Amino acid sequence: MNEYVKKASAFLRDYDGPKLSFMEICGSHTNALSKSGIRGMLSEKIRLIPGPGCPVCVTPTSFIDRLIRLLEGGEAVVTFGDLLRVPGSKGSLNDLKALGYDVRMVYSPADIVDMAMNEPDKSFVFAAVGFETTTPVYTLLLEELIACNVKNVRLLTALKTMPEVTEMICEGPTRPDGFLAPGHVCTVTGSDLFRPVAEKYGIPFAVGGFKPEELVMALYALVKKAGSGEVINCYRQAVTESGNKAAEAIVNKYFIKSDAYWRGIGMVKSSGLLLRKEYMSYDAGSDNLTEDNLNTGCCCGRVITGEITPDKCPLFGKACTPANPVGACMVSEEGSCRAYL
Amino acid sequence: MIMEKVITSAHGSGGLGTSSLIENIFAKYFNNEYLAQMEDATIVPGGRRLAVTTDSFVVEPYIFPGGDIGKLSVCGTVNDLLVRGAVPKYLTCGFILCNGLKTDDLEMIVKSMASAAEEAGVKIVAGDTKVVPGDGGLYINTTGVGVFEDEEFGADRVAEGDVIIVSGNLGDHHVAILKTRMGIENNVMSDVAVLKDMIENMRSEGVCIKAMRDITRGGLATILAELSKASECVIEIDEEAVPVSSEVAGFSDLLGLDPLYMGNEGKLVAVVAKEDAEKALECIKRSKYGENAAIIGKICERDDEKHGLYINTHIGGRVKKDVLVGEGLPRIC
Repeated sequence: MNEYVKKASAFLRDYDGPKLSFMEICGSHTNALSKSGIRGMLSEKIRLIPGPGCPVCVTPTSFIDRLIRLLEGGEAVVTFGDLLRVPGSKGSLNDLKALGYDVRMVYSPADIVDMAMNEPDKSFVFAAVGFETTTPVYTLLLEELIACNVKNVRLLTALKTMPEVTEMICEGPTRPDGFLAPGHVCTVTGSDLFRPVAEKYGIPFAVGGFKPEELVMALYALVKKAGSGEVINCYRQAVTESGNKAAEAIVNKYFIKSDAYWRGIGMVKSSGLLLRKEYMSYDAGSDNLTEDNLNTGCCCGRVITGEITPDKCPLFGKACTPANPVGACMVSEEGSCRAYL
Repeated sequence: MIMEKVITSAHGSGGLGTSSLIENIFAKYFNNEYLAQMEDATIVPGGRRLAVTTDSFVVEPYIFPGGDIGKLSVCGTVNDLLVRGAVPKYLTCGFILCNGLKTDDLEMIVKSMASAAEEAGVKIVAGDTKVVPGDGGLYINTTGVGVFEDEEFGADRVAEGDVIIVSGNLGDHHVAILKTRMGIENNVMSDVAVLKDMIENMRSEGVCIKAMRDITRGGLATILAELSKASECVIEIDEEAVPVSSEVAGFSDLLGLDPLYMGNEGKLVAVVAKEDAEKALECIKRSKYGENAAIIGKICERDDEKHGLYINTHIGGRVKKDVLVGEGLPRIC
């Protein structure tokens, strides 16, 4: 550990100024902060809030319910691992898999192309969730589907964008004193993405990397710049101010801005992406998935907006555990409640 | 009788096909005086106290970088006996072969079992074969019997001050399987191995071994969290001391996997008395599969409420770890 990090760690441990709360809005940050033990290394005056940064946590039950209907109709649902355990209204994809329905887990969306070509009579649906980081990957999948003339794959999308939800949180009763801005998202979008919100509300955004040392330095920057409305790029090896223009262009080619429903939070204007009309044949019914039949008592929405800490939820660690998650925030290692546990 | 190129239901008939399979493959490679009895049950010399364990092996692909299902089925069961303090003596094996399995592959797997059994000093004394419809794969169950010539190890012997040693790099087997399934090329090989000589070294040097576990599915963190529960002791390990190769670390980082929770097939964790820690480490390091062994932590106070596994992270944090939940899936963003 270098001297800067040592000094910053000591500063964060001994900080005795006004109380500060910072929200991280990236699931990988939530995970890394917990895994490295940084949450426990800070002064009691500094509170970290795991915000709505895990795509699994903000996917409404109607998205899972729609996938289940597609499975029941004989289609195969393909997705990343974490989504398998997210509860819908009646059950999770894993429950359906155990009953013999065709649910498949992949590590890369591109794997579905081979599957679809090997089984031309089967219809496949990719459950495409994610933020600005993951959307370009889905556009590459679409490019390949089109290039290979694969017709038996569709996407059910729940794609979201960050600035609008951070603005919504800033408008609410729990505006934090700063945001740890998502490193992966900013790699694609550039750190300027958050400048308008930072300036409007006069709170700093520090773009952080994922190593414990990088997180410590980003938190240090947030304390030092509290009240400033600045965007501080602490992840310069990967993030520029303006981002990856090629990724932005390809996302705009396939997707158009839309309102989006965030699990536990509700509809957030212009915070999502849907496939453009000309590519609708690749869509499996992603629009209007706005029902959110959460379990009574589940406080995921209040947790990810910073209103309460996870342990204040009556289900936390009792009815809702990683082995048997009631709320989506307990599913993934990047989920707010799972990380807090 | 000459063997066909693939396994068919006739090989599980109990008739001529089965005899041919036994004669041409199983008896040929597992040959020993006990198996040669070829009776409904084999009679073997025993001991006063026996250790018995069983395990089923279903890995796909059945041949992977660094090993195969046959070697795995011997090592897995033998290691379970060894870490309990028993001397492995006998194995039985049940084969469930799927129609269409290539006979050459089966022969290779059986040879590999015979070679692992020889290294472990166990005799395969009984077996069974069934053939089921399927896609040319196979499953193996092995049951192992060991005798106690010395003391047995267990969680009840663990006490404050004991030192925790891991016998080598973590996560190799997990990565070897995963990369094969994903079609990713790297140099990581499965660590599947018999851990006999490292334990023999420790015993012959008189190391006071308190408990040992074979670190397989669930990984080191799961094993130590369980050991903490069983012993009601707080366990502390240092993140930086845990041995992981740079290739496995990079691969895991990319997929969001944690080597502490990844599977191994040739690693053990030993809890030894503090005064014997350096000697134990040296014994493991000079054994065949122990060159990367390391002291990673210690057993702390007994506390029936607060016991658990704690990791001291390199940045200065302290994190409690529980057993693996679910399947250790890769992250999504």
